Amino acid sequence: MESLPPQILRWFSDRGWSPHPHQMEMLARRNAPATLLIAPTGGGKTMAGFLPTLAELAEGAHEGLHTLYVSPLKALAADIKRNLAQPVAEMGLPIRIEDRTGDTSATRKRRQRADPPHILLTTPESLALLISYENADHIFRGLQRVIVDEVHALAESKRGDQLMLALSRLQALCPRLRRIGLSATVDDPDALARRLAPHPDPCPILQADPGPPPDISMLDTSAAPPWAGGGAAHAIPAVLDQLRQHKTTLIFHNTRAQAEIFFHNLWLANEDALPIAIHHGSLDRLQRERVEAAMVRGELRAVVCTGSLDLGIDWGDVDLVIQIGAPKNVKRLVQRIGRANHRYNAPSKALLVPANRFEVVECLAALEAARDGALDGDPLPPGPRDVLCQHILITACAGPFSPDALYGEITTAGAYCDLPRAEFDACLEFCATGGYALRVYDQWQRLLQRPDGCWQLRDPRAATRIRMNLGTIQDTDTLKVRLKRSRGGKPLGEIEEGFAATLSPGDTFLIGGRIVRFEGLREMTVEVTRNAARKPKIATFTGTKFATSTQLSARILTILNQQSWPELPAHTADWLRLQTQVSQMPRPGRLLVESFPHEGRDYTCVYGFAGRNAQQTLGLLLTKRMEDLGLAPLGFVATDYATLIWGMEPTTDPKALLSLTTLRTGLDGWLAENAVMKRAFRTVATIAGLIERNSPGQRKSGRQASFSSDILYDTLRKYDPDHLLLRITREEALRGLVDFARIEEMMARVGDRLDHCRLDKISPLAAPLLLEVGKVPIKGTGIERLMAREAETLMQAAGLASLTE
Amino acid sequence: MRASAENMRQPGLTSGFEFTLSGTELCALGAGALWWAKQKTLVVSDLHLGKSERLSRRNGLSLPPYETRDTLDRLHALITDLRPRCVICLGDTFDDDLAARNLPATDKSCLQEMMHGLRWIWIQGNHDPAPPFVGGEAMAVFHAPPLTFRHIALPEAIGEVSGHYHPKASLRGQYRPAFLLDRNRLILPAFGTYTGGLRCTDPVLATLMEQDALAILTGATPLRRPMHR
Repeated sequence: MESLPPQILRWFSDRGWSPHPHQMEMLARRNAPATLLIAPTGGGKTMAGFLPTLAELAEGAHEGLHTLYVSPLKALAADIKRNLAQPVAEMGLPIRIEDRTGDTSATRKRRQRADPPHILLTTPESLALLISYENADHIFRGLQRVIVDEVHALAESKRGDQLMLALSRLQALCPRLRRIGLSATVDDPDALARRLAPHPDPCPILQADPGPPPDISMLDTSAAPPWAGGGAAHAIPAVLDQLRQHKTTLIFHNTRAQAEIFFHNLWLANEDALPIAIHHGSLDRLQRERVEAAMVRGELRAVVCTGSLDLGIDWGDVDLVIQIGAPKNVKRLVQRIGRANHRYNAPSKALLVPANRFEVVECLAALEAARDGALDGDPLPPGPRDVLCQHILITACAGPFSPDALYGEITTAGAYCDLPRAEFDACLEFCATGGYALRVYDQWQRLLQRPDGCWQLRDPRAATRIRMNLGTIQDTDTLKVRLKRSRGGKPLGEIEEGFAATLSPGDTFLIGGRIVRFEGLREMTVEVTRNAARKPKIATFTGTKFATSTQLSARILTILNQQSWPELPAHTADWLRLQTQVSQMPRPGRLLVESFPHEGRDYTCVYGFAGRNAQQTLGLLLTKRMEDLGLAPLGFVATDYATLIWGMEPTTDPKALLSLTTLRTGLDGWLAENAVMKRAFRTVATIAGLIERNSPGQRKSGRQASFSSDILYDTLRKYDPDHLLLRITREEALRGLVDFARIEEMMARVGDRLDHCRLDKISPLAAPLLLEVGKVPIKGTGIERLMAREAETLMQAAGLASLTE
Repeated sequence: MRASAENMRQPGLTSGFEFTLSGTELCALGAGALWWAKQKTLVVSDLHLGKSERLSRRNGLSLPPYETRDTLDRLHALITDLRPRCVICLGDTFDDDLAARNLPATDKSCLQEMMHGLRWIWIQGNHDPAPPFVGGEAMAVFHAPPLTFRHIALPEAIGEVSGHYHPKASLRGQYRPAFLLDRNRLILPAFGTYTGGLRCTDPVLATLMEQDALAILTGATPLRRPMHR
């Protein structure tokens, strides 16, 4: 304890507290160039991160910025400010603490740049903006430490890559900069540490006492879960019972739509009028802040939420976490459970609620994995080059730069340490000229190379536009939802443009837990009115859909292959037993394919257990191949464990369909035209700076001035198929939504060991798939026919068909 | 306005939807151009040639510089197929005057080759007020009774063919560039590759067009629907 300054020591002892061992250990390691601290929520992680800073600043000798704190959430930065400013004031330390996020006023930001505080709390995007200023070296002069909070969450996204590139810039400006990473429990701490430290420096890991193991179980509901779907309406009474028995409960959902539906149903059944709120990323910021504030004041008994509450804001007395729907990923489950009970030495309490029959098995698998501490994770991919392109532009905004020096800098970021120089040069070339095979407008290129070899912006005014488009967060095109005739009134939230396009006036949907009626689009706003209906007509707008992890899928297969299922409720065990009698169980290391007729169609069900995204891709590839073979597929549906295809002809030889070579050949042709690729391209092109989200003086009368990025994608494919952005897009799509890696993993796992069961009717395992939402019709000439039919209907309804004869 | 489903031409490049405007038989091609068979006249609007050049000059954005070639290729294919005597461009042919002057030599010669032996009329648009210097006749309005061709529709006009708005319409949630047609006028979709669309439900278009107006969606087979529903 001798190294703690007296003010801090006194503050602890006045309260009868003593620092946690890991807090003292962080202090002891204060001179290490990089340290990763892994500690559970509520373990005094933040204080552990800041203690070395407070000790160093206690004498009051430091001038200018000393510590930079970066967190993935603006709210977290504000929360930390509150939680740090109070002890600092009580200790009487001469430390100025300020936050700087997208919400900070321009005046305040200007003042911070001229006169930085000792501790600046910020986000990756605001940091990227700071290093883009010409006077970045002035702002960061004297910077000693950087603390990256929730580094496990950041490392999995492009925001983390952008942050690490920014840190490589900071490290060049301040060579003595020491880095601290704060993380929740992760599967591979070493990989995370390598991303945190400047390459190739080591990064020691400090593991805090994880506390007692969590108390997790499946919620006992009197009603059996339905065969399919994700609403979990059957569990509402049992969940309400739990809410009554606990002080504050967080109810996690995997998608925003599910959260909305559940909240709605919960509210209808909430006879005791318990104060319950909803919180997810599509809701308006003010509304979310109101919920957060009520939570902090302890006024809420429960919050229905999604990943937007995954990160470590301290909500006070959460004593129960309920996960609705199978957790899909054990690591996320464990981290969510960590949100309950911030008292360090009490076990967190969590309940899993399977939303359908199959999820009962999934939840059991997740429970076992969580008890075994078997966290799942995929290896971190190499640093994405669209983020690098943006970093090059950011660097150019700050002033002329040497390409050699910049390459040296960026390869100290762990994710980019293996990036070949040629790839870096291709990114630089893209930033400078667009990197097209056709060179026509080079007099207008964005970056110019000076005689001394350094690059600079051709037009310094371009810096404004680049700064306006910083960041890697992609709002999928969303539209604000407002109550009609309340112009200027606060928006209720946002929905995706694609969802809005499917609405017709009179349609009702859920947002913010209430049912609204779609009235129309006004400019770029969705106008709605309140609606008293008890059931929304359209319930879903898309949200994140997680795929069940590889490890969890393997556990599920193992459970399915047990001789009996004593740990499963009877309704689920009976169902599985029936499957073994009628057909057979999917077996590890083999691929089960069932074919059967049902209601005049021929069905094929492929149990790949490759996760939702890969099963979806498999569905697209297989139906394409079936179309070529004249099997006339009509549509398919995919879940985490299987793909069900229907068509006009039976599949007699699934082996011919399911060869990896065939699938891979099909992939190339199919991918290029696919909407998934177009979406991936839009993200890549926006991050790399080809497309602007914001431009100065934006406020166009109409939308005809902007055109879809799909057009750019099609044009590039036609005239410049090897362009950098197309290469990046392909890599990203394969990794993300297409998830071809999981198909390859599946094919490697099953080899040519295929079990084909031809049944005379639908099997018990396949039946729930018919009830799943998200059926994909096979497009082609079909969609044209459907459009023509709708046009006729509309013409008839309008009475125009006869009039125009 | 008289339009009927039986008058649909075969699907493909020059599949079209036939109708009459002010007693004149016209055909809205799925490719986004208008064909006046009797006068062997082809009409296109809003080519926005040189858009990527203008954006890189003005904003430092380097969009793929292939849109001019692509637009001209598609126009060339229509000319080869239909063999018109006259081509009318309804304005905003170039993204701005400088874009016209900076047109790459290959694109310029491609355009001039296409114009060879044809009457070619440039209607001036709001993006390109000055006449282009590749030949042809430049004018603000072209009268070919009973039709009038101009860039931006006038509310009181009759028998008018115009462009400017880049209208688009949807069926089953899918938006496509569209012709808008009522008894008084026809508004063409933008033909240029780098052009976006304005929803036909936008108030500007909704007030301009009559209640029984049709939207004719472009595509392999043009599809018509009531514009206002």
